[in-house]
Amino acid sequence: MKTPLISTLFGTLLATSAAAQDLGAPLVEGGEVESVTIEGDEGEGPLRGTVTDESALEDLGIAIPAFATDDNRATPANAQGTAALGREVARVITANLRDNGLFAPTGPDSLPDPSFPQITSPAWGTWSGRGAEMLVHGYVRARDDERLVVGCYLYDVALQDELVREGWVVPPADWRRAAHKCSDLIYARLTGEDPFFDSRIAYIAETGPKDARVKRLAVMDSDGANHRFITLGSATALTPRYSPDYSKILYLSYVDGNPRIYVYDIGSGSQTLVTENANPTLAPRWSPDGRSILYSMAVAGNTDIYRVPVTGGSSTRLTSTPGIDVAGSYSPDGGQIVFESDRSGAQQCYIMNADGSNQRRISFFGGRCATPEWSPRGDQIAFTRIAGDFNVAVMTPAGRNMRVLTDGWQDEAPTWAPNGRIIQFFRTTRNAGNSSLWQVDLTGRNERRLPTPVDASDPAWGPIRP
Amino acid sequence: MTFSRSRLAAAAILSSTIALAACSREAPEELPPAPQTATPTPSPTPTQAAGPVVGTQGHFEDAVGGSTIVYFDTDRFNIDSTDAAALQAQAQYFSQYPQVNFTVEGHTDERGTREYNLALGERRANSAKNYLVSLGVSPDRIRTVSFGKERPVALGSNPQAWQQNRRAASVVIN
Repeated sequence: MKTPLISTLFGTLLATSAAAQDLGAPLVEGGEVESVTIEGDEGEGPLRGTVTDESALEDLGIAIPAFATDDNRATPANAQGTAALGREVARVITANLRDNGLFAPTGPDSLPDPSFPQITSPAWGTWSGRGAEMLVHGYVRARDDERLVVGCYLYDVALQDELVREGWVVPPADWRRAAHKCSDLIYARLTGEDPFFDSRIAYIAETGPKDARVKRLAVMDSDGANHRFITLGSATALTPRYSPDYSKILYLSYVDGNPRIYVYDIGSGSQTLVTENANPTLAPRWSPDGRSILYSMAVAGNTDIYRVPVTGGSSTRLTSTPGIDVAGSYSPDGGQIVFESDRSGAQQCYIMNADGSNQRRISFFGGRCATPEWSPRGDQIAFTRIAGDFNVAVMTPAGRNMRVLTDGWQDEAPTWAPNGRIIQFFRTTRNAGNSSLWQVDLTGRNERRLPTPVDASDPAWGPIRP
Repeated sequence: MTFSRSRLAAAAILSSTIALAACSREAPEELPPAPQTATPTPSPTPTQAAGPVVGTQGHFEDAVGGSTIVYFDTDRFNIDSTDAAALQAQAQYFSQYPQVNFTVEGHTDERGTREYNLALGERRANSAKNYLVSLGVSPDRIRTVSFGKERPVALGSNPQAWQQNRRAASVVIN
């Protein structure tokens, strides 16, 4: 009965202004990063096999001097030219490794600057004398079309040989992406893990007192750079999720006075309702192929999980028990869904097939299980464990080997790094209600707070960018 | 849309009150009811114009006192006897003023995960709504909305504050 009214109202809003929908100007996003042939590619290929040093990776000394340039030219990416930009690139790589507790990196500010010819022919004595086991070299070259070519090389100092190299062409505005790609190349080559640095995070920026919080949708790079607000803050925004191709963000907004999920299109800066329905919708998640959306909808107080094609159309109801079924999250192959339900009397985690069949509880340890998120690797499920305090924990999809990774008063809403090795979550302080983003690795040892301009919650880590 | 409709309703009430006050100027086609039955004021105060008017939250609060809000136990959404008494007072008010539409806002304390709490707040709002409907209030007059744990009224992180925040608050749409 109300649906036509709402859709009419919504259409009017779309036609009038983005500001009426609490939306700012659309983001300008770079596209795909292109790989290119770089210096050294005409020679023999990089060394295969393992690195010389087998000691703990966090002790592996890596020297990351400034990236060289063949010709110090002006570039929109740095007012002082490509040489200064090369130093910045090395700083970003150093910070990436250091902030994530990876290796023992030494950055360009305490190292000599290599010359351009030395990038493909390192001065081995300089680096072995400094105790570096690994050496990162690279260069930045500005092309006539202003685009930048960034080359990245990883050397084993003891072997005096190259381990890996790659080059990318990026527009000047995307220079940090080349630094992240280089970080990923180093990380993947030395650990054998999949990359994660060249990725973005959507989250909710929070300001104001506890009883009148302003909650805005915001996005940033994995290291906190390139921060942008997407909504203006006149309506509360919650629980964003990046689409697998970064073209859209699902999130909940109170822009029409009710909690409803919108599909925000990053390119156009406009949004549509996930489903034309008068009932409140919440807890949006993407299917791994980006074609379907899982969400929960409350009908007369009863909340169930539904699936709808991203192109619109009719929704399929997947759960039907009395109670709250919410927070569905797909397995990486799309075949199963983990979700939480209070059908047993309190929040516990369940798994069902993607069509809703074979629903079964998997969490049988003490306490409650909430906000389950299936790892992109498929081997773990992260969740909020409620047992007095709220903490982030992991378990296998069979509900075994539960491990609590954090020890805050209220840590909730885990989200996985693209490689399934790191988990981000948000932590709320007692009484003051300040919220901040944190991350922890699967050992639970490397925990750190992420830099955000204001308080922050609901992190959603996107996949590796193309 | 509901907002403008209720504003119209409020305006209609205001104009009818004015019409009653000035009824001697023009002869209406139908005789209005006697003034004393049309405005059932609890106390015959002459400063009535300065107080909250029908269609405002202030008027509702003056009439039912603390009964605009009902409270819930942790993770619960059932209506206990205290809630029932408060909702009966609300139902009485809403039957007395059939032109008033209202929203039941469902809230939770902060000790729950965000998404679950949105669903739980919705459940509480519906619980209160269903009870009001069972007392004869038309469901068409009741809108529900959940704010989960996003809008606490008590700011501490202790059982007393949480108790105050686990609530369903009835708010007049004006």
